[in-house]
Amino acid sequence: MIKAIISVIAFLVLAPFVGGLLAGFERKLAAKMQRRVGPPVLQPFYDVGKLFQKENMAPTRFQDFYVILFVVFIIASGVIFFMGGDLLLVIFTLTIGAAFLIIAAYSSNSPYAEEGAERELLSMMAYEPMVLLTVIGFYMFTGSFKVSDIMAGNAMPFLPMIGLFVGWVFILTLKFRKSPFDLSMSHHAHQELVRGMTTEFVGRTMGWVEISHWYENVFLLGFVFLFFANGTAYGWIIGIVVAILTYFFEVFIDNCFARMKWQFAFKSAWIIAIVLGVVNLFVLQLCFMN
Amino acid sequence: MSKAYVTKSPWVVHYDGSSCNGCDIEVLACLMPMYDVERFGIINCGNPKHADVFLVTGTVNEQNKDVVKQIYEQMPEPKVVVAIGICACSGGIFKDCYNVLGGVDQVIPVDAYVPGCAARPEAIIDAVVTGLGILQAKRDAMVEAIDAPAAIEAPAAPAAASAPSAVKYPPIFTMAEIKVNAELYKK
Ligand code: SF4
Repeated sequence: MIKAIISVIAFLVLAPFVGGLLAGFERKLAAKMQRRVGPPVLQPFYDVGKLFQKENMAPTRFQDFYVILFVVFIIASGVIFFMGGDLLLVIFTLTIGAAFLIIAAYSSNSPYAEEGAERELLSMMAYEPMVLLTVIGFYMFTGSFKVSDIMAGNAMPFLPMIGLFVGWVFILTLKFRKSPFDLSMSHHAHQELVRGMTTEFVGRTMGWVEISHWYENVFLLGFVFLFFANGTAYGWIIGIVVAILTYFFEVFIDNCFARMKWQFAFKSAWIIAIVLGVVNLFVLQLCFMN
Repeated sequence: MSKAYVTKSPWVVHYDGSSCNGCDIEVLACLMPMYDVERFGIINCGNPKHADVFLVTGTVNEQNKDVVKQIYEQMPEPKVVVAIGICACSGGIFKDCYNVLGGVDQVIPVDAYVPGCAARPEAIIDAVVTGLGILQAKRDAMVEAIDAPAAIEAPAAPAAASAPSAVKYPPIFTMAEIKVNAELYKK
């Protein structure tokens, strides 16, 4: 119990810093890949600080309400995860959070935000099957949906679940909204959708969206960590190192690809989920469920 | 008054009035690896609702004056406007055209002017960095009107000093040539 409380507090306090720093290193790395100097590593914090100092001008008063719900549910899903809670509950809370962001974008009535919200719905449909299969995989391997039980397991789920791992890394591109799948909103400059879903978020509203993305990123990387958890110290180290490497791998992919159409995102995510995910589940069924 | 974060992360929105595209290419050149304005946290965000700095190139005419006004109004405070190229400053060679109203300051308040045809990237960067001092002042005015005059100099000087050192080639236009404040420029 004490352990759970400590890790929840650590998540609430540290996740924004870790997420912000990751974003800073990401921009630095992107700049280096383009032979630029790039912004300071602390730039994401400056950006959010600036956003909180701007005038507030929401198009409707409901938008902020939905954005606050988005922030609350994203943080709540991270809290449940780091508390050692039920993985199914975690992904449902995460989905509700994502849904509130989409509703917030719709509520603005801006064509760009609405188009972004529509694309976000499509990408949600693309990644949800893989998320569910991954969680089922953890259950089949360890016999429990609880993160605390998975963490305490004495075998590393990575190798038996390698197909699910690859699938998870694939849909992380969708979840992080990186190229080639940054359909709904992109952190890159100029694009056809202006800023997609976040077009109408001004000042502190945008600041909160940024902060909850930091939370979300840290918690999604926690899933990557889970593949390596086996209750020992070296499992922890491998997990954390691979989680960070995965993040920078996504950044690398982001900088190497142009955006694809939603049809491609949808098809490829489902094909990966069916081929890698389902086959992996069959293997788990044969080897671990008897 | 503490330094506002807005000086560390100025996001720009760029609007092409009716320029010949010369100045637009120079604006985009600032974003390229050679000048790399992201060093100063500058991002070309393309969205007035996220932007702090409004870069206008080209003249204002009967057709686009409402667009310019609307973009300006959609930007949340504090914000600054930089007129780039002699067209945006005064109308330039298009001044006498029948539908041209003149410089950008005919429809919205302009904070920094970049003369030149086309304006050099160095001068544009200089103007944006100069605009940061104005942003800081506006932010301070938002918080506390009394502190505004003192803060207008403080952040501008170090920020402007760091700009030329990072530029590989000597700027053609110096700071003295970039007239800050509409009053100064319009004699
Ligand atoms: S100032 Fe010169 S280069 Fe710039 S838009 Fe006008 S005519 Fe073109």
